[in-house]
Parts: sequence; C-alpha cells; structure tokens
Amino acid sequence: MRLVIRDDYDEVTNYVANYVKERIRQFNPTTENPFVIGLPTGSSPVSVYKVLVEMYKAGEINFENVVTFNMDEYVGLPRDHPESYHSFMWKNLFMHVNIKPENVHILDGNAPDLDEECKKFEAEIARVGGIELFLGGIGPDGHIAFNEPGSSLTSRTRVKTLAYETIIANARFFDGDVSKVPKLALTVGVATVMDAREVLVIITGAHKAIALANCIEGGVNHMWTVSAIQMHPKGLIVCDEDATLELHVKTVKYFKSIEHVHQSLIGPENLSLQGGVKQLRKVVVSSRSQTPLNGPYEE
Amino acid sequence: MPTSEIKESDKIYKIINARLLIEHEIVENAYLWFQNGKIIHPQNLFFSARRDADEIIDAKGLLVVPGFIDTQINGSYGIDFADYEEPVEVLQKNIDKVAKGLLQYGCTAFCPTVVSSAAEVYQKVLPLLNHRKGSATGGAEILGAHVEGPFISVLKKGAHKQAVFKDAKNGIKDFDEVYGPELLKGNKAVSIITMAPEIDGVCDAIPDLVARGITISMGHSACRIAEAEEAVTKGANSITHLFNAMQAFHHRDPGLIGVLGACDLPIPETSVGHPAPSSTSPDRKRPDPRPFYGLICDGVHVHPNSIRMAYYSHPTGAVLVTDTLSAAGLPSGIYQLGGSEVEVVEDGAAYIKGTTTLAGSTITIVQCIRNFRKFTNCPLVEAIEAATLHPARLLGIEDRKGTLNVGGDADLVFLDDTNGDIAVKRVFVAGEEVKL
Repeated sequence: MRLVIRDDYDEVTNYVANYVKERIRQFNPTTENPFVIGLPTGSSPVSVYKVLVEMYKAGEINFENVVTFNMDEYVGLPRDHPESYHSFMWKNLFMHVNIKPENVHILDGNAPDLDEECKKFEAEIARVGGIELFLGGIGPDGHIAFNEPGSSLTSRTRVKTLAYETIIANARFFDGDVSKVPKLALTVGVATVMDAREVLVIITGAHKAIALANCIEGGVNHMWTVSAIQMHPKGLIVCDEDATLELHVKTVKYFKSIEHVHQSLIGPENLSLQGGVKQLRKVVVSSRSQTPLNGPYEE
Repeated sequence: MPTSEIKESDKIYKIINARLLIEHEIVENAYLWFQNGKIIHPQNLFFSARRDADEIIDAKGLLVVPGFIDTQINGSYGIDFADYEEPVEVLQKNIDKVAKGLLQYGCTAFCPTVVSSAAEVYQKVLPLLNHRKGSATGGAEILGAHVEGPFISVLKKGAHKQAVFKDAKNGIKDFDEVYGPELLKGNKAVSIITMAPEIDGVCDAIPDLVARGITISMGHSACRIAEAEEAVTKGANSITHLFNAMQAFHHRDPGLIGVLGACDLPIPETSVGHPAPSSTSPDRKRPDPRPFYGLICDGVHVHPNSIRMAYYSHPTGAVLVTDTLSAAGLPSGIYQLGGSEVEVVEDGAAYIKGTTTLAGSTITIVQCIRNFRKFTNCPLVEAIEAATLHPARLLGIEDRKGTLNVGGDADLVFLDDTNGDIAVKRVFVAGEEVKL
C-alpha cells in the first residue's frame, strides 16, 4: 500500500486529479481499449472533479475513451432528484466534459428488479475488461462505498441498508432532515472495488482520522471495510495531515520518508507513476581512491 | 444513437464558455442546452436516451441573455402597422420586413402596435398581426397586436386622430364592434389594449376582456388616482408609456402616475401578470398588486430623473418599450409619414419638419436598455430584465419568454458587456441563429 500525505485538502485534490490525468494519459485509451475508472460521490471527490473539469477545459485531459462506473446510488430516489447520485455526477463532471453517455454506468435505484440490476452492473464491468482504477472515499465509520460495518469483505454489488451514522452524515444534503434521507442504496461490494487493478482512496479531514488509523494500522476487519485495501496489490491512499492525527508517529514518518527517498535516491525519471522503480539514480563518480584495502569497486 | 439517425429537429445544442443570466444572476461555469427551439435540461436525455450535445456553440465569454421583448412599437423602415391602404400581400410583406429588421437589435418578440383607427382599419390589419412564431429567416415572433386606442381620452390624444375615439357604453359589444372578430380570439390576436379608465363603460368592460386573456393597459388618459386604482382592481395590470399622455403628477391627485405609490390595492392571488415582490411592494413576499409600466427611455420623451424616480418606487414593474414610429431604422432625412412631413436627424430624434414637436421615437430596444441603466444606475441584470422578464411577466408568458429557464423558447442574445457597455453580437430565434 502507498500512503501519500499532503498538507491540506487542496493539495490532496491536486495530487489525485493529476494522478488520474497522468494514468489516463499513460494508458492512452482507444475505443477498443478504453480507460475504465470507478468513481465516487461526496465532498471528497467534488473538488477533484472540479480540477478535472478545469484540466479538460485547458485541453489537458480527454474523456472520449473513458468508461465510468459509479460506486452507488440511492434506492427509490427519482433519477433527476437534485440529491441523486445521477444528478451529482451530471452536475459535477459529466455536463462539463466530453464523456460519451453510453460510456457512463450508474446503478439504477428505480429498477424494477434491484438484484437483477446489481448482477447486470457486475456483468458490464466484466464485459469491458474490469476496472483499471477505482477512486473512492471513506466514511467516518471506515466504509467504502455503502459497504457499512459488517459488510462481507468478499461482497459484490447489492442492495444495502444504510447505517445510522451514514444517514446522519448524508442528512446535510437533505435540508438536515434525517427522515428525508433514503434508507436503502445500491452499492458495489468490497470485492468489486478490490477487483480493480488499482484502488485510490481519498481520505481528508480530522473526522476521518480514526477510520484511517483502523483501516491501515488495525487488521483486515469487516467493521472497517476500507481495511480490505491491505490485501490489494496496488492500493494507494491519499490523505491530508489532519487525517493522520490518529496514526502512529512511526507510520506517518515512514510514509513521508518514502517520498523523500524517492526524490533523492531514485529520482522522478526512474520512478513510474504507479510506484515501480527502474533503478537508482546514477551517482557522481566517487573521489575515493582505489587501494588494495578498498574493493575494486567499479563506478 | 448512431449519428445518421438524428433528425435535424432533434439536434441538441450546447452553449459553452458563456455567462448566463439565470434567476436574476449572472452565472459562470454553466451551460445552456436547447433542442427543437426550446431550452432543455439534458440530464435525463443523457442518462436515459444516451444523448449528448450534437453541436457545441462557443460563446467565448459573452453574456447570454433571453431575447428582448418590445411591447409597444408602431413600425419601422417607413412602415406603420396602422397602414391599411395597400393590398394585403403588400401589408404582409411590410410586417415581415419589420419583424426581420428587429432581430439585429436583439428583439426576438414584439407586439405590433396600431394607433387609434376606424373599424375598417382594424378589420383589415388585425388578422395580419396574429400571434406568429419567430424564426431566423422569418423574423422576430409576433406575440399579438397592441391596440392603442380608440377608447382613449381626447384630452391626452398625443398624435392620435380624435375623430375615431369611442366610448364603451355598451360594454364589450363596443369593443367587438370596433376591433372586429379578431378580438374574439383573445390573446392569439390581440395581446394588449391601451385604454383610458375614465371613458364611459371602459372600466366595467375590463373583466370581460381580461377573461379573453388580453392584457389591459391604462394610457392616453386624464384619469384621477381613484379611477386608475379602480381599473387596477378590475384587472388592468399595465400603464402605457408612463408619464406620456397622462395627467402630470399632482401631489393631491397623483393620477395615473400615482398608481406607483398605491399601497392598499388587493394583493393578487396568482403571480401571473403581476410584478414580483420587491422591497417597495405592499407585501414583500407576495406578488405586487401595482401594475407594470412602460417606459420610453430615449432620454427625450421622459427626463432621466423621472425614469429614475419611477424605477426606485417600483423596480419590478419597469417594462422598456421603444414606441418607435415608422421612421425608425431609416437614415436621417425627411419622410412623409402619417400625413405629415417628419424629419429624422443625425442622433435619431424625429420631429415634425420645421418644429421641435416630437413625432415619435426611433430608438432601438438595446439602446433603451443602455439608457435605462445609465439613468437609474441599476445593475445590468435589472436593466436587461426590464426588457425581457418583465414584459414576459406582463403578458403572462414568462414560462416560455424572457427567461433562460428550462421550457423557455430558445430566443437568445449574446452580449459583449465589456467596458460597461452592451453590444449585440449574436441572436438566436427559436433555436436558429440569425445572420446579422
């Protein structure tokens, strides 16, 4: 797992947006081989989408061959309700960029057969060859998507009843009235997310600190479903200083030092976007003299 | 949806890089979509029909506002809507000429105004001025005729010929007799009637006319404040060219102008046809019972100070009108108009030749907006709304005109508002771009 720590929310946003941009660019998607990305909703990714839109307007990113799968959607809320996740994605991303409508997949919370809808969603992900990069946030209770505490870590897309803490957290979008928040949602499962070839979780704010600590310093635990990322070969968490408040000092120092080492010893030219290392930086010729007591060390 | 299956009429247009006038504010980072000449919300089309924009229009940072509406215009380019002597085909061509010529000023809808005339004239002319949708090649939309008179006061006749003036002792029968069968079509043919409340029978006929969907405007009247307020309670919701052709303001009987200061008119049940509440309304939350009022902002018909006073006493009721006469749009020179010799001078003012008597205005609606903003120092949004939202509300059509809300007609004006001025750059009528 990589843990990238940045000073504040804005730096995290810029890091993630740039990462997404570079991943797409390096992937070089085509119609036959599109870049398949999983997308979240909520206050964490809102700013990321804003930056992506600006990048699109500046001609730095192209969504023509990007296929999207959203994590979740409320059940029973009209699709064009201002708080539906369809509306969220439309307002914050899709209406601004050149993504093709047929490349967009969001679960239909008003489908006549919800189980069928979930199965179809999983099938569609498989049909396009799986998800290349899944972006996500984390709830204060450590959940990813709507996989509330107690969700199986091998779960797939299904209907979930929302936890009380989640309903309270979402009430702010429904005039602060908990009774207006939908109680059921369709969500991708923990395993659906972890099946992606890379998972990037955005964790910002002091109120997420306990969740982050439990997810990376605790064990893999269905009470903190983001902890499943510990079993993922390419997990990346991007967080701000505030979110690290409950981590051990050693953990924070370790991950910060990694970046420092990468810069000085490896150098950006030898470092791939996803953390692969080609070789160490070429070091300047040493001024050490060669004597029989020192090895015949060839520079 | 494969591109080859899309019909022209189904094409979705998306305007980008625009600043839009929406809900009384200029918003950036928003887009406008329209299809089939109507403004749409594309979200459901995107998710359900999998449709995206077929054509992108780059506004390049310009301000996009609804098309301007002129509710009082007597003619232009030497053409008067009250002309009746020529054959119908010629009259029709003339009307089309004016409708087309107005587009370049951003006027996408208008009420052709007919001055007081004899019954034969109305019978011939009104059928040609029925409601007709606009198009880029056909011209601005004709909302319906504005018949100014003949139920008006000889004391405030202005340039009207008093021989044709009438009273309405027989109520609505007199109106039907003068205007002819077109009046039965209500606002499909006649949008506005300007009449004087003090004329016999006029006030009592107001409810019958309002029932046909016609907007009743008080004007060319010597009425007193009590008569004016009575007309408002009966259903009159407009004042024709405030200050002109009415009693001057008197502090003990403010007359028709004084309606702007009315405080105990009954609050309307519905907001249709009534100004929105403002900080000067009798009830700050419910529709304003005071009427709308037309203003000719050429700086000549009304002193700028008077415009300012009217605006600040009743900001949501201001409706900008040009009230142009036939000489509008003609180069400066001398013309034979309505039986008199009229001289149009360099700055556009039109006088009876050899005198300082105004023969009418030659102003354009966009110039009205500039002047109104200059005289009142109001925000640009409010100046534009006085030529878009307010006239649409006056006629009860704000669901489709004078607005960029979903469901509105795609009548759009792209304005360059740099340097504190406004200039019309692009015009769309019913979703088609006009070649300027």
